[in-house]
Amino acid sequence: MSEILLNIDGKEVKAKQEMTLLEAARSAGISIPTLCHHEKLEPYGACRLCIVEVESRGGTKIVVSCVYPVEKNIVVRTRSEKIDRIRKMILELQMAHAPDSFILQDLAKEYGADRDRFEKESSFCIHCGLCVRYCAEVKKKNAVGFVDRGIRKEISFIPEIASKECWNCKECFPLCPTEALQAAYVLIEALISPPPSFKREAEK
Amino acid sequence: MSRINSPAELEAFRRNLLSERDPNKTCITLCSGSACHASGSREVAASIQEEIQKQGLRAEVEFRRTGCHGFCEQGPIIVIRPEEICYFQIKPEDVPEIISQTIKEKKIIERLLYTDPGTKEKIIHESEIPFYKYQGRLVFGSNVEIDPKSIDDYLALGGYSALAKALSQMTPELVLEEVKKSNLRGRGGGGFPAGAKWEGSRNAPGDVKYVIVNADEGDPGAYMDRSLLEGNPHSVLDGLTIGAYAIGSHEGYIYVRQEYPLAVENVNIAIQQAEEYGFLGKNILGSGFDFVVKVHKGAGAFVCGESTALMTALEGRAGEPRPKYIRSNVVGLWGKPSVLNNVETWANVPLIINNGADWFTQFGTDTSKGTKIFSLVGKITNTGLVEVPMGTSLRDIIYKIGGGIPGGKKFKAVQTGGPSGGCLPDDLLDLPVGFDELTKAGSMMGSGGMIIMDEDTCMVDVARYFLNFLTDESCGKCVPCREGMRQMLKILTNITEGKGKEGDIELLEQLSETAKEAALCALGKSSPNPFLSTLKYFRDEYEAHIKENRCPALSCKELISYYIDPEKCQACSTCLKKCPVEAIVGGKNQIHVIDQEKCTKCGTCFEVCPSRFAAAKKISGEPVPPPIPEEARTIVRKRKQK
Repeated sequence: MSEILLNIDGKEVKAKQEMTLLEAARSAGISIPTLCHHEKLEPYGACRLCIVEVESRGGTKIVVSCVYPVEKNIVVRTRSEKIDRIRKMILELQMAHAPDSFILQDLAKEYGADRDRFEKESSFCIHCGLCVRYCAEVKKKNAVGFVDRGIRKEISFIPEIASKECWNCKECFPLCPTEALQAAYVLIEALISPPPSFKREAEK
Repeated sequence: MSRINSPAELEAFRRNLLSERDPNKTCITLCSGSACHASGSREVAASIQEEIQKQGLRAEVEFRRTGCHGFCEQGPIIVIRPEEICYFQIKPEDVPEIISQTIKEKKIIERLLYTDPGTKEKIIHESEIPFYKYQGRLVFGSNVEIDPKSIDDYLALGGYSALAKALSQMTPELVLEEVKKSNLRGRGGGGFPAGAKWEGSRNAPGDVKYVIVNADEGDPGAYMDRSLLEGNPHSVLDGLTIGAYAIGSHEGYIYVRQEYPLAVENVNIAIQQAEEYGFLGKNILGSGFDFVVKVHKGAGAFVCGESTALMTALEGRAGEPRPKYIRSNVVGLWGKPSVLNNVETWANVPLIINNGADWFTQFGTDTSKGTKIFSLVGKITNTGLVEVPMGTSLRDIIYKIGGGIPGGKKFKAVQTGGPSGGCLPDDLLDLPVGFDELTKAGSMMGSGGMIIMDEDTCMVDVARYFLNFLTDESCGKCVPCREGMRQMLKILTNITEGKGKEGDIELLEQLSETAKEAALCALGKSSPNPFLSTLKYFRDEYEAHIKENRCPALSCKELISYYIDPEKCQACSTCLKKCPVEAIVGGKNQIHVIDQEKCTKCGTCFEVCPSRFAAAKKISGEPVPPPIPEEARTIVRKRKQK
């Protein structure tokens, strides 16, 4: 496997060809914040917190490091005034939904994010998709999924699957970056108010 | 129908078709696109068929229901050929007269002709009407002559000759070279050079490759692709098959909106006919080249017009853009190299192959070649579809072709590029339309939406409207788009409701930066454009809303008030009777006064107040003058006292 040499934050980093910038950086002990990333899961590129600046072919662009593949001789900056400003904004936007998340609070401290910048709409969920993707990709059960789209998008357990699979698993609970109880709450909600078709099924 | 097995057989078939068609035979064509359908084209068609029968003209007169003619404002439209007599806004009851007078007696019916709003002159021929005269219809022109359900109509005009030429006289490399030389750029929004996209797919490894038609047009007010696919579906198939040949693909998809039933119907018929004739399927025209096309109906999400979201949806998953940094012409549908171009781009391909890249590049600007179809809508006299050479000025499109702004109102802005485009003010009217020119001005070409706004339009409200559309249509995957737009929409709504505050503009700018730099797909990245372009050219309107609680266009309901000027009110009672909430106090010879507590700002009084009085006023940013004391309200009329 050929090795690729690149520069991250002034440090020469050796990376394997199939690595992403995030993996390369972390392998070299350089930290980049993430919310939707998980080693066992396919890169998702949704929280956009892991953005970095990449200098290649004479231009500078902002990319998400969890998806962007390593390239020979590129120069990567994981912090800059602009990167920090955008990360701060992303955190502030998320904190409108999950102001009490410890992960968000820690990151907010680092980037000077104001948890009260936007009006609260505490839904807890920040749509990182960790529970949904973990259930689909690792457990291959698809007991939890996204419903609707845009600002109406939310996670939802499918009662038919959840009632069989979830009690002995619950592996998605600790993945939730806002509150483990969030997933539990949505699960309970799905099970105590199942759709009519499911009720009939259960009565049989 | 037996298959056509070679270019020579195609030519023979075409010659035979033409020999059976008498160019001097009277032919009535009726526009049957979706817009005319809505204004009663189907009833008119039934009436024409009935009347031809009744008046015994079945042998002498041909009747053809064609695709959209473009002048939708005036539909349904009839053109009688070969004289090219053009009648507008036809109703079924006009038909007997048209048949007996114009067809039989060769007499023109004056009242059905187009009247030039400026000169009041009646115009007989389509080509002399300014709306058509100043256009350059290379792609859209055939629409008016073809019954989209008849492949023979397309063949009679030389259809599929480009495909025959490509397959028999050109190697795939030569086809690719020609398209590259033509500098054809994607008509769907991005303006990416089609040739480069094709080349990337051609050179990508793998035997399975796909070509896809993006017919997921979803911009508010835009219907270019719809009319093209409805009106001339074979031209799209023609181009698509040529593209497939060039890149080495044997399977194509047409991703079309479910909400376009006529387009779906016509393109399905077209595919079936093309298969029967041997323009699709195995061994096309004896060349050994195989190609099939399938139609996929989209479930109606705007974001599926984005290339990677479209492919994800085509694979049967929720239509969300892919986060990958790999071009879909290399790794696309089902991981295979896939060329996605929009309807209009594909329809340009046969023209380029038939006429050559040099012919094509004579139209347009340095970096934007050929023509572009725009849907001209909003506050414009001639609503419709227009096709002009790239480089035509906005002014020519709006005034020469569009006939200017109706109702004596002043032009304020033109919104181009769909919801993620931008608004350009009057001092940019001489801007030539082209991909780079529009982008430089802070808007974009997009797929060709062009919405005209007059002085009564509030630009802050326009930004709010488009943000609302985009918020609704965001897939919700990435934070800068989903959450950023949620907040931007809140702030813009507050501003239009008079709840804006210092710092709002700066916050909107920061949210815009986050979306532009960090959003996942083109929809998210361009989502701040409606705000940024209106701020760039109409900042004073934002400031008036925030600082003075004033809407300069007198449009934002929360910021305006209605009142009756006591000096002008003649106590005619018109407004008093029409007010739906009885907010107007007054009586005979009593000056009317609006009770501001009761008023719902519906604007009825303002609309109905006779213009000779013009007493009802709309104001913004200033307090409503106190009502005049009751004892001073009686009008003393000198003449009546005599």
